[in-house]
Parts: sequence; structure tokens; C-alpha cells
Amino acid sequence: MTQPHDYDNIPGTYVYDAERGRIGYPLNMFCMSLNKVENRKAFKENEAAYLKRFPLTAEQRRTVLERDWLGMLKVGGNIYYTIKIAFCDGLTFQDVAGMMSGVPKETYAKMMLAGGRSPDGNRYTNAGVAADTGADVDSRAAVDAGTAAEHK
Amino acid sequence: MAKIVAGIACSHVPAIGVAMDKGQTATAYWEPLFKGYEPARDWLAKLAPDVAIIVYNDHANAFSLEIIPTFLIGVADRFPIADEGFGPRPVPAVQGHPELAWHLAESLILDEFDMTIANEMPVDHGLTVPLSVTCGQPAAWPFKVIPICVNVVQYPPPTGARCFKLGQAIARAVENFPQELRVVIYGTGGMSHQLQGERAGLINRQFDTAFLDNLTKDPLSLTKLSHTEYMREAGSEGVEMVMWHVMRGALGESASEVYRHYHVPASNTAAALMILDNGSKA
Repeated sequence: MTQPHDYDNIPGTYVYDAERGRIGYPLNMFCMSLNKVENRKAFKENEAAYLKRFPLTAEQRRTVLERDWLGMLKVGGNIYYTIKIAFCDGLTFQDVAGMMSGVPKETYAKMMLAGGRSPDGNRYTNAGVAADTGADVDSRAAVDAGTAAEHK
Repeated sequence: MAKIVAGIACSHVPAIGVAMDKGQTATAYWEPLFKGYEPARDWLAKLAPDVAIIVYNDHANAFSLEIIPTFLIGVADRFPIADEGFGPRPVPAVQGHPELAWHLAESLILDEFDMTIANEMPVDHGLTVPLSVTCGQPAAWPFKVIPICVNVVQYPPPTGARCFKLGQAIARAVENFPQELRVVIYGTGGMSHQLQGERAGLINRQFDTAFLDNLTKDPLSLTKLSHTEYMREAGSEGVEMVMWHVMRGALGESASEVYRHYHVPASNTAAALMILDNGSKA
């Protein structure tokens, strides 16, 4: 059961709240394990085998193996945790931020140098405020889908 | 008696630490940011505090989602540097001040702030980057440190108003410590930034400027900002600014701004450094 939140209409934003915390726990605890150098090594040697140590859903496993950074957030990933997979790959926070927002690395870096993404037009989803031109991303629907998959 | 003589607000972007550790601070990208840190370093070196209370958030390093303390105080005499997934930062271990830390823990709990107490914990960039920013690269940190962790990783973090009140309680406790100590308090994190989702990279200079202005003009109004307002206006990770209220609450009403530096971008983030004098010459 999803309770509505007043932050649900912020576009392109996945607040790590109670629901995502419940769904994402195993995924994030896998990420946490990568803080240990021996685990980073074991993961890189055989990713699929290493992931079997954690009770991930099939979709969570897929997002990790395919490095679907945005997909991880939709199945309960917390950015402070999933970034540890990126560190393991030698990527930076900015590399991953670019990939999540769907633009080439250079375009993203240029946007940041020019002062970052403006809040104007990015405060509300279309559903939230019709006049705003923010990306229409219903991030909460993704959590519902994740919950459904988990309960199959 | 111990006294809080200054407050420092400081963003704790991990890339700032990496730039220092790799000797990249003079590059075209980083030079404008680091140049703005120099006057603050000089000011703090002259102030020469005995202890720093550093309010920060752990980023899945000392703590995982296994146990999520909303407010935590570190009482150890030494805090090792965390491996955050790419090896520990090459900076000195942090020396604690167990006597003052235990005094704070007892005082705060009896003052109705239910602190979690940590006898052992590594510290991550949330704490070490503000130290590097304000102290440079010494062989040993120039003062003792008491870490206070605030959860901002699992929603909801404590409210800004609650954080401000915690700061007030910290000030009361410090004043009751029977030893002459000059204490500074850091509020870290922020300013506007979003690290996740399609909206990653959000920066709101207007919001940040108003926030910095109001830290001295009208700090109480800032404590009324809701988490949703932070997230909508300053990015999902902009909500880290609640930690600045702990720092501000620990200072007197007449605390005055002595230095401000604001720069975009530091990786994905608007980075700020502000010093508030809390009667350091009194």
C-alpha cells in the first residue's frame, strides 16, 4: 500500500523512504559489502556468483549486472550505496549522475560548469503542476512495480 | 569553562578530498574553489581551537542500513579513516576528546536528546573533507574532534527545527564543562545538490544565497523549511543542510559572519564555506 507524499511530484527524484528502504535493503547491503577490499575483488572476479550471496530480486540483480544506475533506484537502490558499485568500476559520482540523467558525460560536465541544472521547470512533474515543464517521471509507480515483482 | 567560539559551515563533497589527496588543487577546474578556502584556513589557524565538534552524516561507511541512528556522538579517543569503497583517504586519523564527548553524551541525553553513543567508528569524507578544507594537509590534525552524526541517508532525517534545538543543547552542555576549552562547531554537507535520478545536477544559487544570508539575519526562519522544500528547491541531497542548523543553534543570537565562500561546481555540488564568529575575542 503506497501512501502519497508531498515529495512524490518532484520530477526525476527517488526519495529513499520507508517503502524504498524495505524493498531496497538487500540490494543496498550488497553495495555496502563492497567497502571491503576482499569483497570488491570477489565481486569483480565473478559478479553473478558474488550476487548470489544476497537475496536480491531478479530485477535488482539485472540492474546491477547491467549497471542500470537509474533502474537500481527504481528497485530500492540508495545512491550513497549504489555509488559503491561505480567506485568499484573506477567511475566517479559525476559519471554516474550523467548516466542517470541520460546525457553524455561531456554534456553533463558542461551543464555543471555552467552553474548546474536549473530548478526552473524542474520543481514539479507535469502531474504536479500543469504549468511547470519538468520531466514527467512518476518515480512512485516504479516502486509499486518493484513491490509487485518482489511478491510474485 | 569551555566555550563555543565559532561556527563553521562547510560542504563535504568527496571529490574535494580526492582533489587534495591527488594534488590537483591548482588545476583550472579546482583552483577557484581552493583559493577561496585560504582566508578561512588563516582565520582558523589564528583562532587555534582546542576541540572541534563536527556535525556530519556518515555515507554508508561507519554505519549501514542495518542500524540507523538519527543522532550519534563518537566518544572514542581515536577515529580511523574509513574505506569508502576505494581505499581510505591518505589523511591522519582523527583524535577524539573522550572527556568532553562523554560529558556531552550525558548532558544531551538528560536534556532529552536521545543520542546513540559510539565507542568505535571510522570516519568518512563527511568529516574529513571539512577538516582538509579548513586545515589543509598537516601531519596531524591541529585539534581534537568530537563527531556527531545525523542521519540524512534514510528518509526522514530529523527536522531542521530539531537540529537547531540539539545545537542549543550542545551549547548548554559545553558551557557546563569544567575545563577551559575553546571549541568550534562545524555544520557540514550541502549546499544545493542532487546526486540521483534524472534530475541529478540540480543547483539553486538563489536558494543557497538566501540560506547563507539568513544564517545570521534570521536563522529561526530557516529552521521552518520542510524536507520537501529542501528536496524540491535544493535537490534531494540538499536536505543535508539540516545539519547546519545544529551548528547555528549552538551559537548565540549575535553570531556574526566573518567569511563566506561559494562556488559552483564541485563535482555535482554547490560548495560553500562560511565562518560565524561567536564572541571569539570575548
